[in-house]
Amino acid sequence: MLSRSASFFGFVSLLWAYAGMAQATLDVFACEPEWAALAKELGGDRLEIYSATTASQDPHHIQARPSLIAKARKADLVICTGAELEVGWLPLLLRRSGNAGIQPGQPGHFLAADYVDMLEVPDKLDRRLGDIHVSGNPHVHTDPRNILRIAGQLTKRLQALDPDHADHYQQRHRDFESAWQRAMRNWNERATGVKGARIVVHHHFWSYLIDWLDLSKVATLEPVPGVSPSSRHLAQLKQSLQQQSAVMIVDTGYMNDRPVRWLSEQAGIPIVTLPASVDFQNGESLYQWFDKLVDLLLEPVK
Amino acid sequence: MYITSLKAALACAVSMNVAIAYGATDIDELNNKLEEYEQRIESLESKQAEDRPYGSRTSEYSSRKTTNNLFNPAISVIIDGVYASYKNNPEDYQLPGFALGGEAELSPEGFSLGHSEIIFSNNIDDKFYGQFTLAFAEHDNELEVELEEAFFETLSLGGGFTIRGGRFYSALGYLNQIHEHAWDFKDSPLVYRALFGNQYFDDGLRLSVIMPTDLFLEFGAEAFSGSKYPAGGEHDGVGSWVVYANIGGDIGVSHSWQAGMSYWAADKIEREYGGHSHGGTAETPLFEGDSKTIGLNAIYKWAPAGNYRERNVKLQFEYFDREDEGNLTLLNSGPPEETSTLDSRQDGWYAQATWKFARSWRTGIRYDRLDSDNNGSDIGVLDEAGLVSNGHTPKRASVMAEWVPSEYSRIRLQYNRDDSYQVSDDQVYLQYTFSIGSHGAHAF
Repeated sequence: MLSRSASFFGFVSLLWAYAGMAQATLDVFACEPEWAALAKELGGDRLEIYSATTASQDPHHIQARPSLIAKARKADLVICTGAELEVGWLPLLLRRSGNAGIQPGQPGHFLAADYVDMLEVPDKLDRRLGDIHVSGNPHVHTDPRNILRIAGQLTKRLQALDPDHADHYQQRHRDFESAWQRAMRNWNERATGVKGARIVVHHHFWSYLIDWLDLSKVATLEPVPGVSPSSRHLAQLKQSLQQQSAVMIVDTGYMNDRPVRWLSEQAGIPIVTLPASVDFQNGESLYQWFDKLVDLLLEPVK
Repeated sequence: MYITSLKAALACAVSMNVAIAYGATDIDELNNKLEEYEQRIESLESKQAEDRPYGSRTSEYSSRKTTNNLFNPAISVIIDGVYASYKNNPEDYQLPGFALGGEAELSPEGFSLGHSEIIFSNNIDDKFYGQFTLAFAEHDNELEVELEEAFFETLSLGGGFTIRGGRFYSALGYLNQIHEHAWDFKDSPLVYRALFGNQYFDDGLRLSVIMPTDLFLEFGAEAFSGSKYPAGGEHDGVGSWVVYANIGGDIGVSHSWQAGMSYWAADKIEREYGGHSHGGTAETPLFEGDSKTIGLNAIYKWAPAGNYRERNVKLQFEYFDREDEGNLTLLNSGPPEETSTLDSRQDGWYAQATWKFARSWRTGIRYDRLDSDNNGSDIGVLDEAGLVSNGHTPKRASVMAEWVPSEYSRIRLQYNRDDSYQVSDDQVYLQYTFSIGSHGAHAF
């Protein structure tokens, strides 16, 4: 009897210990791997980070899967892009999670696009214009200057959620800031050769990167966002590219590359496939990803 | 202004440093210092950028645009229509062993309006979410508007708990919670048609909890008024109730699954089946007694690398088993009114697979099967009500193909080889479903 109650108390105290351990770190649910990677830079061991998507998934079209609901249920902080990028799945995850702390307006709800200047904000809203976003182009993570702005805001949020370790986040943010600025100078220098280069893009995915590196976008494969190009549209593109050529076609890792390959062969322009985000699940960092982007962009202009 | 004065200070500081460091003539060190100051300026500049006020931000943590239409609810309108062709007369449709009720009848032959809907939804405040669904359908040239959903749901209970109240679709089955426009086939599985009159909703309350585990584990309980088919009648308190559990997860990035079970019970109900005319007056079977239903379901989805939009396979299986015990009366029969005891066991299942093989093309197959064992004191009464199967087990095989040019439009062609009753039927549907307005999120 005594040993049974002792083992029961042992079990209960184990549970408590487990609960205590669970409280020791913040559970972070990142909608995209770039925010998971940024959280890792800013929080280090204080955060338990889960990325809902991989770099090879299209974040517009994710299923509100049971596994994601379970992860959202446990999260202390949800970091997403916002700007309606996750409109097809995030609202459902939040509602089903039964987690009060991550609802919109709560400290545990962080949308990166709230803290940067948006490009391509539409003047007119019409579904004929494709998968347009009321708030503008949501792919803000492709400009490292945005990453820096978001890092500052995210640090404040981490401090608000975990005030006992505010100094830890402050220190890590300071380190990240100087390292990131050094890295940006390096990327800028290395990318000199590609600045002003004329490029064709597949989707409006890289608009912020184009803005950062002063690339010159001469054409887009998708006639309107989210709609695959028709053969007629491709033929028109081919013709216009004969009049004013481009040095490369920039494609995104997760997209259907068949029309891109066709245009590349027809117009004789090389394809550069850029990974859409950090390969967080395999330990890649934000630095490594931008390094890779710059390397890949430099290839056709070497 | 601040930045410029800082730059001046920097120039001053650098020249001072030069004065001091000149003796050492360490140019590298000077460059390093210069770089360090530049960094500090850049960081100050970016800090300034961060601190920019956003006029439209209402609180520290709220986002710039919180809703689809600012403060209007998100509205989506579903336009649905069908062209139906049958070999048999759709008016003759029956399921031997199952008396039909609810919305169990077939779509009329030729062109008809399908199941068009208007869905309003939004967060009510920081504590509640609300949804309101009106369905429009035409029966015998009369437009019928039905309030299918009008519920609130809590957002801030925490601990994984959610309460939903109002009118809503029960969680007793996987397909039961999915709006008709999001079904993979034009018509409901036979088991839903036979047991729930297509879909089961009622007015009530649901409490559900998601467990804090990596594996998705959900438990829930629902209490309903019990006035809607397949329950029915007046109840002082809770007329019908449901308990359910769901479990699910991922296998790698490409596979995901969910399985669920449920139990539905309703005591002292008055279930009125759809009447059938018998030379003038309609004899309507009425079941009075206790009813319970067990449900099982399993769903598996595969999408290469988790890119569901490009290609995917979905497998779906559901099983229901119902037991009824009480009395059966044929209203408007006699006099005297024909009546019998009823001890009934009805079950059925369906299995389906859909395959999205290109971005805008999808195809699918489905197989349905029902079985029943109904007994009573007067088999003649059961027979009148359609509850005698005469050894026939209703079954149906379906195949469909659809063109999905965007998330908002779909055109579907479906063929059923229908053996619901003894005379086989060939059924062909050409269906269009369009959604305009806000982009609703769809459940798994």
